[in-house]
Amino acid sequence: MDPARKRRFRLVAALTAALVLAGGLVYTSFSAGSPAKTPSELLASAEPGGSYKLTGKVVEGSIRHEGDTLLFSVRDRDGTTSVPVSYTGSVPDPFREGREIIVTVSRGAGDTFVAEKDSLVTKCPSKFEAEDDAASDMS
Amino acid sequence: MATVGRAALLIALLICAYGVIAAVYGALTGRREWVESARRSVYALAIALTVAFGILELAFLRSDFSFAVVAGHSSTSTPTFYKASAMWSSQEGSLLLWVWLLSLWSSLVVFLTRRRMREVVPWATAVLLGYGAFFTALLVFAVSPFDTLAQPPADGAGLNPLLRHPAMMIHPPMLYSGYTLFAIPFAFAVGALIAKRVDAEWIRSTRRFALGAWLVLGIGIILGARWSYNELGWGGYWAWDAVENASLMPWLTGTAFIHSVMIQEKRGMLKIWNVSLVLATGILCVLGTFLVRSGILDSIHAFGASTLGVPFVALIAGMSLGSIALVVWRRGLLRSEHRLDSLLSREAVFLLNNLVLVAMCFVVFWGTFFPLISEAVTGEETSVGPPWFSRYTVPLALILVLLSGIGPLIAWRRATATNLRRTFAIPVACGVVAFLALLFVPGVPQKPLALAMFALGAFVAGTVGQEIWRGTRARRAMTGEPLPLAVTSLVRRNRRRYGGYLVHLGIVVLFVGVAASSTFQTASDHRMSPGDTVRVDGYDVRYVRATAEVGNDPSGTGAMLSLGAVLDVSKDGRHVTTLRPARSFYPSNSTASGPVEWLVAGEPTSEVAVRSGPLKDFWTAVNPDMTRFQEVIDQGDKAVAADIPEMQQPMVAFRLLRDVIAPNYVENPPPAMFRMISSPLVAWIWIGSLIAIGGGLIALWPAPDAARRRATATLRARVAQDLGRA
Repeated sequence: MDPARKRRFRLVAALTAALVLAGGLVYTSFSAGSPAKTPSELLASAEPGGSYKLTGKVVEGSIRHEGDTLLFSVRDRDGTTSVPVSYTGSVPDPFREGREIIVTVSRGAGDTFVAEKDSLVTKCPSKFEAEDDAASDMS
Repeated sequence: MATVGRAALLIALLICAYGVIAAVYGALTGRREWVESARRSVYALAIALTVAFGILELAFLRSDFSFAVVAGHSSTSTPTFYKASAMWSSQEGSLLLWVWLLSLWSSLVVFLTRRRMREVVPWATAVLLGYGAFFTALLVFAVSPFDTLAQPPADGAGLNPLLRHPAMMIHPPMLYSGYTLFAIPFAFAVGALIAKRVDAEWIRSTRRFALGAWLVLGIGIILGARWSYNELGWGGYWAWDAVENASLMPWLTGTAFIHSVMIQEKRGMLKIWNVSLVLATGILCVLGTFLVRSGILDSIHAFGASTLGVPFVALIAGMSLGSIALVVWRRGLLRSEHRLDSLLSREAVFLLNNLVLVAMCFVVFWGTFFPLISEAVTGEETSVGPPWFSRYTVPLALILVLLSGIGPLIAWRRATATNLRRTFAIPVACGVVAFLALLFVPGVPQKPLALAMFALGAFVAGTVGQEIWRGTRARRAMTGEPLPLAVTSLVRRNRRRYGGYLVHLGIVVLFVGVAASSTFQTASDHRMSPGDTVRVDGYDVRYVRATAEVGNDPSGTGAMLSLGAVLDVSKDGRHVTTLRPARSFYPSNSTASGPVEWLVAGEPTSEVAVRSGPLKDFWTAVNPDMTRFQEVIDQGDKAVAADIPEMQQPMVAFRLLRDVIAPNYVENPPPAMFRMISSPLVAWIWIGSLIAIGGGLIALWPAPDAARRRATATLRARVAQDLGRA
């Protein structure tokens, strides 16, 4: 093979390999990702056994401990539809009532949801945000 | 003062606008005085922004709540140390920090190049001032840090307790320094392309800046990891969070760049690749800044949605399209001077290392933006988790470590079999010995990826050791210096090379720490009452007693109440250590709650307790059950509200908390949740980083070039004389 053809062959081989790898990456990301759902979407469409990323706000007054299990409800960001979640594992510092969270859950019996261990993520604001007073006027 | 600040920003914006015009006009007409004027406007920009930065920082230190930003992010009860850093917890303050740092680095680079690269510098100056114009315009028109309140509140909202960690003082400025320092090679690459001077000179002039950017960005990333380990109460150091990823991406392409430029300098190859890398790095830095501040992706760093989306997306799109157009336009100039001779050569290994780093960056990019991508494609927002990232980055990291052991040894152009045998015998032996030895460590052979990382780590350590040893031996043979002196003078004379080797060693140590701690970690959660004992990874942990401190926080974060636990850790009946994790509570910023609750209703944080050792870290955090505590507080609130006049309520509430409620918790503690993590070799992550930082500093340190220049000048004079005589 003359050098020019050899180089072109190499280039094509390298590009093909890169494309195959990138394709695999893209494919696995679509199959491995869990869809993010709000509580009302979850209630409407969650299959038993499927894994979902639940996003929403922790309902005021819903946090309870039962042994190692943390029980709380998550509601829509702007709504009242809520789902109960039972969770085990580490609880991030900013977790509290009214806070926005993301947690990976699967559907248990009926409308209860069991969270994957250690999957709770809390969105952390950079400052104290008083819910509805002067702080919001400033922004 | 706010007026002065606003004026300073407005002046800064005018300076940028003038400077861009002057630089471009000077470059087009070749009139030096315009270029000089543009250079001076960079200095003027730095001065104006220093004034603005100083005024805002002073307002924070003086707790001047007539500044809206100060009222929103600081308070009189915030400790002074954190008042100073509260500035960059705000969007406005952090953007001002960004552009201020940019102006300082720009001034430095235009000063250093004032007599060089006449064609490139004007364009680079225009790009840097263009950056400056963008950010100052944001500060003037969109998010002014100098907005004032007509009626300043008596106290501000305070700095989020989660941010009250010593790293807050240096982690954000380090990241921003990294981002802004990378703007300099970016600007010079653009300048070199426009001015058609795409030889290695722009690389040489900005190499230190690229290296410095790489170093401080790396320090920033590591500080963030350390912070997360010690403060966030979940015990990890890396979570593939969107904002972490945002800082990792330019670091990866930057790492690729500082390797591949060596090939351009030595062999005149990879020119297109190099400019593309540095342009991509510059864009990723702006993207990183944007991600931190925009909240478009779910992240623990989500600082609230911002209004800056449109201008930032426009800037990023403009930079990307402009970069691509420039590279395509100048592709004719960017032809390689040489061809790759063999796949067994240093060039090929460097190229492969670059491909791996860029692939890593692509993986991180894809995973980070996947929620947006999937929403666009399927209409459903999905995200990928840490396992997905690990699946791709771990194998890539293994290849990278392997290459970092091969690269320094293999010959340029074409390696021969003899060369390979001679240079690789010892390092390969190191790797093989480590591999075989680890086969006998229980648990390790079941984890092939970790095992591979350890063996490759030994291989790289062998490479670095052999290189330093051979260099020292050669030097001793030449000069007869004693061993320690020979090592130091060897390193001193080849700072870049041996600094680079140390960086390799440090990164490998870091990877070994990451592999060990992530693979062999035991984490568990326990609900315990005083007197209970649990067993974690062979340690017996006894909850001895509860503690409660009011208004007395040893770490100086301004906590009102700390509920803690004393844990006695023993192994096989022998006392190992006593750990005191605690959870800190802060006063609330809202007035809605009762006077006692107000004292503790703020954001709580974990004060973790860690016993660090060279082999193992034992990490604990506590989360007390607040249900009963809350009832006591509610009772206290009722009592205070009923009997005490409003003026005295805060004082009485404080006393009640200190003298009744806290002692009650200590005497009669409810059960608490404990998280305990035992992970091996975590300490080596930090030690490895320190080695790498040390190596980076050695590589960055100015060579004794004044002396060298003098020596070469004499030599040149002598050669000229000889030639003249001949």
